[in-house]
Amino acid sequence: MIRKLFGNFGIAEILLAVSVLILVIVVAVPILLILWTALFVDGSLNTRDILKILSQPDTYKALKNSLIIAAGVTFFSTITGVFFAWLVSRTDLPFKETMKVLFLIPFMLPPFIGALAWKMLLSPRAGYINKYLSHLFGLDGSLFNIYSLSGIIAVETMYLFPFVFLQVAGALERMDPTLEESARISGAGLLMITRKITIPLMTPSIAAGALLVALYSLAHFGVPAVLGTERGIYNIPTKIYEQIYQSGGSFVAIRTGTILSSILLIAAGLILYLQNLVLKAGRFQVIAGKSMRPMLLKLRGLKIPLLLFSILYILITVILPTATIFLVGSLKTYGISFTLENMSLANLKYILFQWKMTKDAIWNSLYLALGAASVTMITGTLISYSIVKIKVRGRFILEFLGLLPFSVPGTVIAIGVILMWSGKFGINLYNTAWIIFIAYIARYMAFSLKSNSAALEQVSDSLEEAARACGATHWQSLKDIVIPLIKPGMVAAFFLVFLPALRELTTSILLYGPRTRTIGVAIYALNEDGETVYAATLASVALVIIIVGQLVIKRITRSRIKGV
Amino acid sequence: MSHVKLQDVTKRFGQVVAVNRLSIEIPQGECFSMLGPSGCGKTTTLRMVAGFEDLDEGEISVGGKIFSSSFKKYYLPPEKRDFGMVFQAFAVWPHLNVFNNVAFPLQIRKMPKAEIEERTRRAITHTGLGGSERTYPNELSSGQKQRIALARAIAINPTVMLLDEPLSNLDPKLREEMRFEIKDLQRKFGFTIIYVTHDQAEAMALSDRMLVMNFGIVHQVDTPMNIYAHPKDRFVFSFIGLSNFIPVEIMESKIFIKGGRDCGYLVDYSIPEEIRGREATLACRPNEIELGRDGGVKGIVIRSVFLGDTMDYRVRVGDSEVRVQTNKKVKFEEGERCSLKFNRILWYPGTEE
Amino acid sequence: MADVSLEKVGKTYGRHQVISDFSIIIRDGECFTFLGPSGCGKTVILRLIAGFEHPTAGEIFIGDRLVSSVEKDVHIPPEARKIGVVFQDYAVWPHKTVYENVVYPLQMQKIPAAEAKERTMAAVEQVNLGSLENRLPFQLSGGQQQRVALARALVSRPEIMLLDEPLSNLDANLREEMRFEITALQKQTGVTILYVTHDQEVALAISDRIAIMDKTGRVRQVGPPDEIYENPADPFVFKFMGISNFIPLDWRDGRVFVGGSDSPLAYPVPTDVLDRIRRHELIAGCRPYDIELTHDDSSPTRGIIGRVIYLGSIIDYRVALGMQEIRVQQDVRDAGQGGIPFRDGDPVGLNFLNLRWFENRGLNEEVES
Repeated sequence: MIRKLFGNFGIAEILLAVSVLILVIVVAVPILLILWTALFVDGSLNTRDILKILSQPDTYKALKNSLIIAAGVTFFSTITGVFFAWLVSRTDLPFKETMKVLFLIPFMLPPFIGALAWKMLLSPRAGYINKYLSHLFGLDGSLFNIYSLSGIIAVETMYLFPFVFLQVAGALERMDPTLEESARISGAGLLMITRKITIPLMTPSIAAGALLVALYSLAHFGVPAVLGTERGIYNIPTKIYEQIYQSGGSFVAIRTGTILSSILLIAAGLILYLQNLVLKAGRFQVIAGKSMRPMLLKLRGLKIPLLLFSILYILITVILPTATIFLVGSLKTYGISFTLENMSLANLKYILFQWKMTKDAIWNSLYLALGAASVTMITGTLISYSIVKIKVRGRFILEFLGLLPFSVPGTVIAIGVILMWSGKFGINLYNTAWIIFIAYIARYMAFSLKSNSAALEQVSDSLEEAARACGATHWQSLKDIVIPLIKPGMVAAFFLVFLPALRELTTSILLYGPRTRTIGVAIYALNEDGETVYAATLASVALVIIIVGQLVIKRITRSRIKGV
Repeated sequence: MSHVKLQDVTKRFGQVVAVNRLSIEIPQGECFSMLGPSGCGKTTTLRMVAGFEDLDEGEISVGGKIFSSSFKKYYLPPEKRDFGMVFQAFAVWPHLNVFNNVAFPLQIRKMPKAEIEERTRRAITHTGLGGSERTYPNELSSGQKQRIALARAIAINPTVMLLDEPLSNLDPKLREEMRFEIKDLQRKFGFTIIYVTHDQAEAMALSDRMLVMNFGIVHQVDTPMNIYAHPKDRFVFSFIGLSNFIPVEIMESKIFIKGGRDCGYLVDYSIPEEIRGREATLACRPNEIELGRDGGVKGIVIRSVFLGDTMDYRVRVGDSEVRVQTNKKVKFEEGERCSLKFNRILWYPGTEE
Repeated sequence: MADVSLEKVGKTYGRHQVISDFSIIIRDGECFTFLGPSGCGKTVILRLIAGFEHPTAGEIFIGDRLVSSVEKDVHIPPEARKIGVVFQDYAVWPHKTVYENVVYPLQMQKIPAAEAKERTMAAVEQVNLGSLENRLPFQLSGGQQQRVALARALVSRPEIMLLDEPLSNLDANLREEMRFEITALQKQTGVTILYVTHDQEVALAISDRIAIMDKTGRVRQVGPPDEIYENPADPFVFKFMGISNFIPLDWRDGRVFVGGSDSPLAYPVPTDVLDRIRRHELIAGCRPYDIELTHDDSSPTRGIIGRVIYLGSIIDYRVALGMQEIRVQQDVRDAGQGGIPFRDGDPVGLNFLNLRWFENRGLNEEVES
């Protein structure tokens, strides 16, 4: 028995046990607690309270808004995403490669910072564009009001359409061109082929992208918070926040939060289920073997107009907001015009070196992101190894547990973590940085698992077995063969968690305390307090950190392809 | 009038001439193969006939009608050419069942429903897929997927069928079977076949005539048997079947293997007039060499491999290593002396390898 | 340099019993091949001997050492078995240079650096990778990577070498070359080789002995290549080793007839075989090139040409004989000497040159491969 513990068999069992333990504590329990607290009061099923809360006009309205926003965003993202994906993959649009990269930039930018920028541009009275247009046309009121459902939908679409774009462009590029050629030789023209062949084959990818967008939008806090709460437009995450914030963290509010979170969970579950169905139906082997180029549509007369349109789109949705943030961030006061004398770097210096609140926020985010990324990287590797390499029964539980939080909204994780770590089991971490830390691990573990699993699956079993045949023990082969080969995957996993954790808002907004603000929280708070300029300055700092981080990742992943 | 005619067809990709002034005429009902290594231009040629690529120079016509012409600046798109085509990766649509896959070209042509039904069922029956109309491709094997592609191609009763390495993705046994199925279909329906492959055994087994090409240039066009028996140049010789190229020296009208003056000279052979000079290349097939104890050119067996029904030897003669395959039961061990008699020789000038 | 012996070894996965009651002895210094269709269990046997899998029954010895035993609860891990393994996908480590790949086993054995270097360079030379020791695998071709794997397997001077279909990912020419190199290496070092493949040509070319297995994991025949080829034990082996024809036999009017036809069998059948044919116990097996075709009436066995295919140096015929179609192959030169070649539909006489006799029971299942 003891000998077994040190033998091959024993290691597997230990790893499995540890992995399950981590995942259960960090992931499963919080979610279960939410459901428990929502459904039961003092041990008995509490449908009365649930119905009461659900039928309150506020809650009901928040639900409705969530659905409207999600539907709108999904709809427009799908159209935009499919259109641009098709443009970039199936036409002779010039500068296609550059366009592809540019269309993916919105992925990098936090949507709520975008919302901030659009608020600066299109808020009814103080918005720069509104002011300019009113001045130009001599209008009394303003042309655009960003504080509206349509405003929210528009801004979210701008930042979420890359989900659809990526899926569809990827699928279009990988599609076997002979599938379309055989339609052509059968007598079908381009329109017929697109209708009868290309689009049906793309449907799984379109649906997958659209569902992702829907999920993200339902769970999103930032944009509705910046653009909606002013006018009383709430969705579920902002409603939860409002309840908890207003009541100072009362138990009733938290209970309401759990009930609303459960709804989010159910919605997320439904979307996951639909996604699974779609993926199963799209089990087609559409991927090409030979690298032959697909048939490209000649745009002819439309080439330049469409190119200009695409450039305009990127200018408006990417360049304009980003520039606004940087420019406003260097203004001496909000509202004055953008002349050189009205701008200075004083704000930057103040935020970075003088104001404790912002300095703390920056450091907090950096520490938390670094910590979360490191922990998820290591445990992710451990757990991935258990799942991929050790053929032990029950590893499906691991897989399920690990990927569970992938679709659980950040708000829900925050609530779950509050329930679990606010004294219930003897440990009270509320208002400390630790509770945010744990929430991050729960939230992002799935990312690390996916990245590490992918890397591990590339390391074929025979590589390890070859080492064993050369005289290496299991541990030696891990050290000499497996780890060096998955290092790039581990590093990718690190950054995959570091950057999102650094800039996130949805989770930390429910968990922060007076001394544990994150960058996202600080920007949001500054905006709420009317400190628009400082909010912009901090936002520009965040953007710079993110952009630098992205470049570092690119550099690392490029060198990976070369050497190993 | 030939059925399919290619005249001086040329295609360039940048600086590379993929197809160089290719001219062939294929009569109605012939099974014509284009054979060559990958990158030789055969697939490009087929795609130009199909219309997926436009030629840079030359003219392609079918049944007297011009499909592509650089002289007349005319190009008919593929969807209007009424060909049947089968691709290497099957190209069967996964989201349509067998019936709808096969019926597709008929539906595009807006035929009356009853006719579509009838033709589709006929095509399905002829390719042995009867009963699978409602199944989806991913439930079927590779062989059956390829049959769907065949059925779809013959559904419109084309006069010309284009096949682009259709059997390369199938396992060897199935490949042999499907070769016969394709020929049977041709016999029944009478269409002309243009077949592209890199597998010389396949081309030889299937074709009425074939061409061998490399780097865009056609080396030889003839029946398989003639190409095998009388290959025009070294490339064709080496591409069709196993080959030996042995440099020889001619001295005092006697033929010696280069480097093997003391091995004896070739008896019963004289140099053909086309070969001038003191050097030439002897080309022969491994199974057309007799291996004996004496009476021929002397050599030493350096490798001897048992292959079941044949013995495969490498014999060193002079500077060359000659490959010999015999199905005789006379066995030689490595290191043994032996003697070679060449039963059939083709001569090529020069000695470049 | 050691024997390998398996005694009543069995391996079960869940409810699927891949091999059972498997016993075999592989002699020191021989090149022994496990040959069979995919799924027959040959790779499983290799992995059991290597130690990557545990047997569920029986015992395995390498030399005098017991390395695996279910009853005695012994399982020596792979790293302690002194083996060299070459995998089908080479398993050359992409992050290590050729040198680092090949020296690894010596590092594991804690051989002093100087000696390790010497032996590594010798192994690299031996596989003709002389100047490439600092290259990374992605800079090498498939054949070169396979040689790295070979060198790495040999450098530690293992007792046995295990090769799992190492040549299937190489093109035909390279496969021939590498076959030869493996045989040459074995002659030089005298190491015992266990080779696993589904390709009977490779097996015939390199082995001292072959064990043919069928899909159920049973060994049909063990013996040297020419014996397996010339004297196959049953129809399965006969069919596996090459294109084969099976001719049913009838006994009528005191003569042997081709089953299901009016053609008597034109062949000198030995007397003891005649008895068994009379009792309906036998079926005849024949290779395509062991059949002669004649235009005239010299043979009482009559058939009709079904299909003629020219394959360059040989002509392949399908001939309808009785109820079935058999395959006949002629050398082009022989056909030419016989006069006019045959055409579809021609009647033809058949002369059998070499028939083999097999027991006529459940032919179809046995021959399924």
